Amino acid sequence: MAQLPTDGSIAVRIEYFAVLREHVGRAQEELRTTATTVGELYGELDRRYAFPALGRVKVAVNDEFRDWSSPVRDGDFVVFIPPVAGG
Amino acid sequence: MSHFEFSREPFTPERYRSRVSDPVAGGYASFEGWVRNHNEGRGVQRLEYEGYEALGIKEGDRIVAEAFARFPIAQAHCVHRLGVLGIGDLAVWVGVTAAHREAAFAACRYIIDEVKNRVPIWKKEHYAEGDSGWINCEVRTSGAPAGSALP
Repeated sequence: MAQLPTDGSIAVRIEYFAVLREHVGRAQEELRTTATTVGELYGELDRRYAFPALGRVKVAVNDEFRDWSSPVRDGDFVVFIPPVAGG
Repeated sequence: MSHFEFSREPFTPERYRSRVSDPVAGGYASFEGWVRNHNEGRGVQRLEYEGYEALGIKEGDRIVAEAFARFPIAQAHCVHRLGVLGIGDLAVWVGVTAAHREAAFAACRYIIDEVKNRVPIWKKEHYAEGDSGWINCEVRTSGAPAGSALP
């Protein structure tokens, strides 16, 4: 994250769980993105990985639930949350 | 201390009795979720639970705090298993104590319902035929597709 962005991009860390972890083939990754919201970031990753059609996916930034319109900032830790099934 | 936790190892509710015992309590209500051998007409051999633990503990604790705000209860605690579970294994336990039983029953029901809906835990079923699937996440061939997501 010390690397200076020259293209307006930011560095984010993504962790994948369950069906998304298996689909992507890894539990986490760090990447640079020009996305400004978590919704845009999801769209960017969906274009790269062609995520499976899921029901209502939620998103968390830095271990808190956020709206899809929430900003994504340099150094953020982002998790996309597929439909849950505890109990 | 959080009122919600994950356990990677099998546990018995007895282990958490001290988290719900209280001298003002006149009743104790609990719920145990067990792994059953079938789901939606298919034979299930085992389950895997995966959790986003950092957020799960926060959300689970928020749910128990809501139960404290809604019902006159004394103590409440919830533990959810992670990892591979076999048929009959304890997957989740909720314990609530209260001066009177009505509040204990109601809060216990509230906590398990909200945990199932909100805590980031995923369940993979392994079927008798050898295949497997993430519950609520699969596009089922026998039913309507889950539909396109978002945002």
